[in-house]
Amino acid sequence: MTTTLPTGQQVDARGLSCPMPIVKTATLFRTIPSGTVVEVLATDPGSVKDFEAWTRSTGNELIESTKQESVFRFLIRKV
Amino acid sequence: MTTATLERPITPVLEPTPEPKTDKPETKSAGLLLINYSGELEKTWASMLLASTAGAMGMKCKVFITFWGFQTMVKDSKRITGQNWMQKMLSVMQRPGISHRKLSKMNFLGMGPWMINHLAKEYKDATPKELLEIALSMGVEFIPCQMTMDLFGIKPDDLIEGMGEPVGAATVLGLIQDGWTPLFI
Repeated sequence: MTTTLPTGQQVDARGLSCPMPIVKTATLFRTIPSGTVVEVLATDPGSVKDFEAWTRSTGNELIESTKQESVFRFLIRKV
Repeated sequence: MTTATLERPITPVLEPTPEPKTDKPETKSAGLLLINYSGELEKTWASMLLASTAGAMGMKCKVFITFWGFQTMVKDSKRITGQNWMQKMLSVMQRPGISHRKLSKMNFLGMGPWMINHLAKEYKDATPKELLEIALSMGVEFIPCQMTMDLFGIKPDDLIEGMGEPVGAATVLGLIQDGWTPLFI
């Protein structure tokens, strides 16, 4: 089940491999105000663990991590 | 034939060991220090991938560019570097530029790197050059080795823009003393 949240921004990292989903997300996070919820789409299976590590390391909040067919969807709130 | 008798009872090998009490505080690394020593494609790739990801993680990261890894940070457009014939010869034997790296094995006159680059494109993997640009934009610091620079006769304007001031071994060791995690690649 995926919750619908008013997401401010989206990162489409489908088809990209490590470390580009993280890099693209980090690049966007530099430009957005704190509190913004970002939706990230990725197809790299490694991105599940990578986003957990990235949010733990940066302090951003991983609200949700789901998978629909072959697409991983992450909702991350900027601290 | 007699069977040997055990003089001592067998003590179980797998005794549950008590959890060690850790009262030492969690130590955090001051940052990631990559010592980019090799000039080979696969190792350059590893360095650049770690550097760009460290930048994305908000980790502090410095890359020390030294010896065979030095030509990697020379502009792709430079064909020959150096002042004297030996330095020039060296740059002919090891072509400058991050886009001209060779594989340490299975190079086959460029067939190996060509195939790797072709596959990387197909699988949408970022190339070392792209990763370097990302790392630079994320604030990763690149510090050239002064001694290598002199040895190969490379001038500051031969280098890619964004490289830091050349330093020596003491700076690198000083960073390790300050708690930076070194990786020699």
